[in-house]
Amino acid sequence: MYARTSWVQPSVLPGFGLAFGTAFAFVTLIVVIPIAALVLKAGSLPLAELWRIATEPRALASYRLSFGASLLAATLNAGFGLVVAWVLVRYRFPGRRFVDAVIDLPFALPTAVSGIALATVFGPNGWIGQWLAPFGIQVAYTWVGVVVALTLIGLPFVVRSVQPALEEVEASLEEAAESLGAGRWTVFRRVILPTIAPALATGFTLALARAVGEYGSVIFIAGNLPMRTEITPLLIVIKLEQFDYTGAAALGFVMLCMSFTMLLAINAVNAWRTRRHRGRR
Amino acid sequence: MSTAGSLVEARTRRGDASRLGRLALIVVALAFLALILLIPVASVVAYALSEGFDVYRAALVTPDTLAAIRLTLVTAAFVVPLNTVFGVAAAWAITKFDFRGRNLLVTLIDLPFSLSPVVAGLVFILLFGSQGWFGPWFQARDISIVFAFPGIVLATVLVTFPYVARELIPVMQMHGRDAEEAAVSLGAGGWTTFFRVTLPEIRWALLYGIILCNARAMGEFGAVAVVSGHIRGQTTTMPLHVEILYNEYDLVGAFAVASVLMLLAVFTLVIKAGIETLTARQQRIRAS
Repeated sequence: MYARTSWVQPSVLPGFGLAFGTAFAFVTLIVVIPIAALVLKAGSLPLAELWRIATEPRALASYRLSFGASLLAATLNAGFGLVVAWVLVRYRFPGRRFVDAVIDLPFALPTAVSGIALATVFGPNGWIGQWLAPFGIQVAYTWVGVVVALTLIGLPFVVRSVQPALEEVEASLEEAAESLGAGRWTVFRRVILPTIAPALATGFTLALARAVGEYGSVIFIAGNLPMRTEITPLLIVIKLEQFDYTGAAALGFVMLCMSFTMLLAINAVNAWRTRRHRGRR
Repeated sequence: MSTAGSLVEARTRRGDASRLGRLALIVVALAFLALILLIPVASVVAYALSEGFDVYRAALVTPDTLAAIRLTLVTAAFVVPLNTVFGVAAAWAITKFDFRGRNLLVTLIDLPFSLSPVVAGLVFILLFGSQGWFGPWFQARDISIVFAFPGIVLATVLVTFPYVARELIPVMQMHGRDAEEAAVSLGAGGWTTFFRVTLPEIRWALLYGIILCNARAMGEFGAVAVVSGHIRGQTTTMPLHVEILYNEYDLVGAFAVASVLMLLAVFTLVIKAGIETLTARQQRIRAS
């Protein structure tokens, strides 16, 4: 029966029609049609108008914050996440299993919860904020707060990508390098880092992709001042509250393009990773 | 003797240095985690209980909070089965068959992962809002989709779309098709093959996918905030209720509801850890 449809390889297994049909219907109804609605709504605008809305100073400022803070947060996560993964894989210390389990918490924790917790803890009278205030460091209601929230959100991605890669680094290679006189730092830089680089890149891009669109954990701590601490998703919400559907669609379209770019980046990194993996075998 | 002595000496010196370096790295890692994760999480419980257990309990049983809990549970009861059926179907089609357009399907499944939740809500407003494609049609029939329960379900389905499929696909890819093909060629029907051959192999991945999808569905904030309309006691889910209470400076109330959501996250992680221990043990048994 399937032999007639040339786009499917014949198989003895049943259920392709049902499985593919269900998946196709869901993807069409839930993803394709809604996103097409956004694209067409933005596309119905004259190009000059779309460009004007998308490049308003307030919108530009929001891209700068959303993307800049996400980039900074993903970089922080790449650095500290690598240290966390290293410590979890290489060392044994009391509480290691607890720390290992807790890493996934930002993944399962509702963003509104992390949002109000960070805003309160880093607020001027909060547990951490009160110690920073005397030094003139203000985290809550500044761009620093945005970076803190996005770092929390991205944490599991880097650690969980790097951990298995670190476990795979062959001990014999390290020992060989060491017996040839290489110091610890050289071994790390020349032997370990090249092996885990693709995994680190995957974690970085995943954390970045997640952070760029993040809303819930940011809005409580950001302060939401136009031009200063206003992220792009919030600007979309503000436009919707003013019933400016056209403006919201234009900015939504920009964010959608960013999502596609991030998806391409993730796929490119993964392709690089598989190629590297195959090369080593 | 002198070479051997200096080698030993160098080893010890290096040993001391590496022990110090090890300690420094552990301290850096723990300090980072404490600052960004552990202290904020601990503060949720502390603030929720800051005025005693009775105040905490009273904050949880207000009519609005109970309504929010109910709405969240009902939403998840719709979203999770839908995404489970989709995830299993998509994983079966993608891993057991070769067809053109497979990569496109995988990309579309992954898209919600990098989509901003706000955009996920926005698209449904553009579809079902009063100026949307299907909005007038539903309005004429007095059915509200956005700013009502159906919109909340739709937006949540979109946001949690990849989770079950993404857990299943790698596991089913790893198991290949041989077992299923053998079962079918021995005369088993499609459903028998699925329930007797495939399901036992994927059940833990499926369970984790469902639990994760559930946690994300109950905790979704951005997408639901856009489509909900914020009608207190009617279209506010638990995360939205947290926001309302927080903005009204009812900190104990906000953190009390937040603590329930946090319990959900912790429960999810405990299940995950349990599944990991189980599968590791199974693998060890199989290997020996």
